[in-house]
Formats: sequence, structure tokens, C-alpha cells
Amino acid sequence: MTQTNFETKNIVPGSIAQVGTVMKYTLLDYLRSRRFFIMLIITALIAVLLTVLVGYYRPASFLTDDLSFYSSWWGNSVTFVVILSAIFFGGDAISGEFQNKTGYFGVPNPIRRSSIYVGKWLAAFLASLVMLGIFTVVTVGNGLYYFSGVPYQFAESLIFALVYMVAVLGFTFFFSSLFKSSSMSILLTAILFLFVFSLIQTLVSSLVQIEPWFILTYGSTIIGNVLATPYPPHMSTSSFGPAGRVTLTTFNATIPEGLAIMAIYFAVTAIIGLILFERKEFN
Amino acid sequence: MAAAADITLLENSLGVSTLFKQELRYGCREEIVMPSIEAVNLTKQYGDFCALSGLNLKIEGAKCVGFLGPNGSGKTTTLKMFTDLIRPTKGEALINGVNVHTEKKKALASVGTLIETPEIYASLTPREALSMIAEIRGISAEEITKQVETVVAEVHMEEWIDKRVGKFSKGMKQRICIASALLGNPSIILLDEPTTGLDPRGMSEVRDIIKSLKSKNRLIFMSSHILSEVSDVCDEVAMIDHGKLIVYDTLSNVTAKFAGGNNVVEVGLARPVDNQIVTQTITAFPSVVKAEKTDDKNLKIIFKGGLDVQERLLNDIVKLNIGVVSYKAASSELEDVYLKLITATL
Repeated sequence: MTQTNFETKNIVPGSIAQVGTVMKYTLLDYLRSRRFFIMLIITALIAVLLTVLVGYYRPASFLTDDLSFYSSWWGNSVTFVVILSAIFFGGDAISGEFQNKTGYFGVPNPIRRSSIYVGKWLAAFLASLVMLGIFTVVTVGNGLYYFSGVPYQFAESLIFALVYMVAVLGFTFFFSSLFKSSSMSILLTAILFLFVFSLIQTLVSSLVQIEPWFILTYGSTIIGNVLATPYPPHMSTSSFGPAGRVTLTTFNATIPEGLAIMAIYFAVTAIIGLILFERKEFN
Repeated sequence: MAAAADITLLENSLGVSTLFKQELRYGCREEIVMPSIEAVNLTKQYGDFCALSGLNLKIEGAKCVGFLGPNGSGKTTTLKMFTDLIRPTKGEALINGVNVHTEKKKALASVGTLIETPEIYASLTPREALSMIAEIRGISAEEITKQVETVVAEVHMEEWIDKRVGKFSKGMKQRICIASALLGNPSIILLDEPTTGLDPRGMSEVRDIIKSLKSKNRLIFMSSHILSEVSDVCDEVAMIDHGKLIVYDTLSNVTAKFAGGNNVVEVGLARPVDNQIVTQTITAFPSVVKAEKTDDKNLKIIFKGGLDVQERLLNDIVKLNIGVVSYKAASSELEDVYLKLITATL
């Protein structure tokens, strides 16, 4: 029988180095996983579908000028790519450690839970970045085919999309820390981002006429709005119907407001998520 | 260089202790801190249910301690508190005097663990998963490949080292997790039912691994339901029930104290033995209470006393030249003790 006979005395690395280790191997796991390929297919499908439809039908709203092209193409679909990526890679990143028992392999080692949390978050961010990168390349490729050059507003929009990805991933990790069931955390995050937030945003702004500054998806409207000239202000429209005069308001967050909403969402959810993971027990 | 290689060869061929290795290498004895784990009033409460109640237990030195108790007695709860998987409601879990909960990195720096049946990221290979743990534990980049391959060989998984874990059976994953506990030459190894999920051959191999680890100045603390496993592998035993420690002592003392002072050994013989030798000669040996044949080539000897008596008895029997091929403490004694103590607390 082979016998362990190591005479080394190991010095446990610092937390930053350990974050790097966790990130490296989690990303490797993600890149080889089935869900990565599924997300890759979804991203490719969105990109191919847009390419084919715009190429075939040549809609005027897309092809008036370069800004309207990027606004229609990118502004309407990039948030979907960001949300789906974050749900795919962050939805069960922490809850999976409990439900799938992978936490029993990594946690009982000389490593802080916060290092595991941050390492996994960075891995999820990089995996999501691959998806955003692919979508960006296809968008710019199509943009260059129809128009010469890329407007500077697109670079701003790309940066806002990245900030939004950071915020959404912070939120998905928070939800992932809240539950011990992977399916529960994925499902609830998906429902929140794809339906609930949009619904609340519409109800609050249109009916109650309050600016929905407390909804993350409201902050993300700057991704598309920055591609419009001039930048859209809040707008109210009144109409007379059988019930009398009805006023509908469309709120548009300013860039500083949008960035602040996303930053605060990330900071708050990341901190709470981390505290929850630190306190959660493997039982 | 050549002299150092000679010393290493000599050490390995003699199987000398770490302490003696230092004398060989440096001509002096450096003070070595004995590995220790200590539960100080360790308590875990889930609402009204008390999973562990004020456990006080200090285990120190290179030895293998079996941790026994029925389902729900608090064994896994204790081990989880020693690995920061759960937090104590009260009390402290100390490893080498360091509080696991407040200074986890320091406390677990030299601890290998296997708690329950961990899962490994499905898309990683054993080489990658173990490299991750090795990097976390601070094993140098040059050493990682060597150590990973060695521990994988130790659990007989060499063929699978570069295959993805997702395709592995439960037993294969368990072997890889055992391998991870061996990385970095830990001075303390905490094992929670390490043979769970393994086939009989795997169980036997894991026992052999644990036995081989005992000789390397390590403290091994192992929970198990399998009493024969504990008898076979462990030097000492701690029993808990309903979250309370019932007994902690050497295996021989526990069996001697709680099984009416009697111990049992089973002797295997190469050839049939004469009845007269058993009933008259062996029975007449000092401390022997009873000797009987269980079949033509096997004897069961009941005696009073601990390890010293057991050793003397072996010498006496070998001198009879009756073809002794095996000699081991019978697990039935520990089982008797277990049933006696656990029933008494119900």
C-alpha cells in the first residue's frame, strides 16, 4: 500500500489567495457544466434570432441611425441576457453548497466562508461575463454591418450593463444564501426578476405615480435610455375615458440615480448574503 | 545530499517515529506539541431539542479514538462543531488549543476532515478537486502534484484521477474525500463514519489506511457505528448518548471495566489443536477465565486484564507451538459494553 509520507509544514495562504483558488476551480466547474452550454445556446439563439430577423425584415426602428439600432437591439435584450446568466450561475451558487453537500468538501478546511462566497461570486461573474461578451460581439458585429463605427453611448451602455450584472449577481447570491434548496432559490430569483419586479415597477409608476426608485430593474433602464437622444425625462400622459381623466406616468431614472440604485442593491444584498452564509449551519 | 538520502532510507525502512527522525537528523530532540482536540462544555441546542449537552472531552497525543453512540446521540454534531460546519450554542471546540469558531483558519490549519458524505463539484476531476483543497491548505505548487497523486494512490483511485467526479459512484467519491483528508500531512484527522457507502473491500482498505496513519504522530478521531471497526482500528473509545459523554478510556480499560472485567481474544490456528491443550494448558494460564474452541482451527479465550495481559497471553500461546496465525481482540466485548451503557441511559 502506498503511504502518505509528506514532511512539509504548510503555511495556510491569505484570504485573497484562497479567493483566487475558489474562483479558479468554481469557474472551471461552471465552464464544463451543462448549464453553461445551455446558457451559451440561449445567448446564441437570442443573437442569431435578432440577426436573422433584422437582416430579413430590415425594420425601420432598427435601421434609422446607429443609436436607434443599438437602442432597439441591445437596450431591449441585454438585460434579459444579464438576468438569465446571473440566475444560471448565481441562482444556486450558495444554496447548492448545502443541498448538494459540496460545502462539506470545501468548508471544513482552513478557509473563511467569506473567501468561498467571494470566490464563487467572482466565478459566477466571469461566467456571466462570457455570455455578455458573446452578445456584445454579435451586437457590435451587426452594428458595424449596418453602420460605420460604434457610438460612444454604446460603451456607456455596456458599462451600465456590467454594473447591472454585478448588482443582479449580488442579489442572486443573497437569495441563494437565503435558502438551502437550489430549486427554490433559482425559481424565486427568476420569478422576481422576470415578472415581479417589472410588475411592481409598472403598477407603482403608472397607477400610483410614484417613482419606483426602490426597484433594481428601474435602475437598469439607464442601459437602454443612454442610447436615446435626448435622454428621456419623466413623462406624463393624460387621457379621458369612461371613468374620467386618467394620467399615466412613465418614469425614467437619470444616470446617477440608476447607478446609485444598482450600487446600493449590490452593496446591501452582497453584505446580507455574506452574513447569511457565515451564519448558516450545515445540518 | 547522499547522507540525507541515506537517513531517509533508514527512517523509512525502520518506520521510525517523527520524534526519532528529528533525533536522527539533527542529533537533538525538538519539543513537539502533541496534537489535541478538546470540547469544553460543548453544547448544541435546536429549540427545545438538545443535540449535545455540555460535552467535556480532551483527547491528546498520537492515537486513534473511536467515537461511538446511537443515531442522534450527537456524534456528527460534535464533529461538525470541530470543523465549523455548525456553531456551538455554548462552550468551545478547541483544536490544538485554538477555538475553531473564532479562529477557524488557524485551528484547522493542520486538520484533515471527512464529515458525512461530501459531494465534489461534478465537472472537476479528482486531480483538480484535490488540487483545490491542496491550494487552500497551503501546499506548495511543486508539492501539489506529488501529494495529490500519492493520496489518490492510497485510496486506490489512480485510474480515475483524471476522470470527472460526476460519473463516480458514492463509494468512489467517498474515497476521494478520504484522500482529501490526507492532503498536507495533517496532525489531526477527524472522520465521521469513514466507511459509509463503501463496499466490504473498500471498508477494509479504509481501515488499513487509518491503521497506517496511526503510526505517523497523528491524532485520529473517528465516529462509527461499526463496533468491530472501532475495535480493529482504535486505541481508545469515547461513547456518547443523548448528547452526553458516557465513557472515555482505552479500549481495553473500557471492556475490562464494563464487561465484567473480562476481555476476549480470538486466536486463529494453521492446524487443528488438541482439546487437552485448550481446556487444560491454556485455561491454566494466569488471568485466563475460560478457553474454548469455536471450531477446529479457532479459539476463543476469555481473560481478565488489559493490554499487558493480552500481550503476555499471546507470548504464552505462541510458545505452545500450536500454529498461531492470527490473534485479535474480539469485538463482541465492545458490543457488550456498548449495549450495556447505551441501554442504561435510555
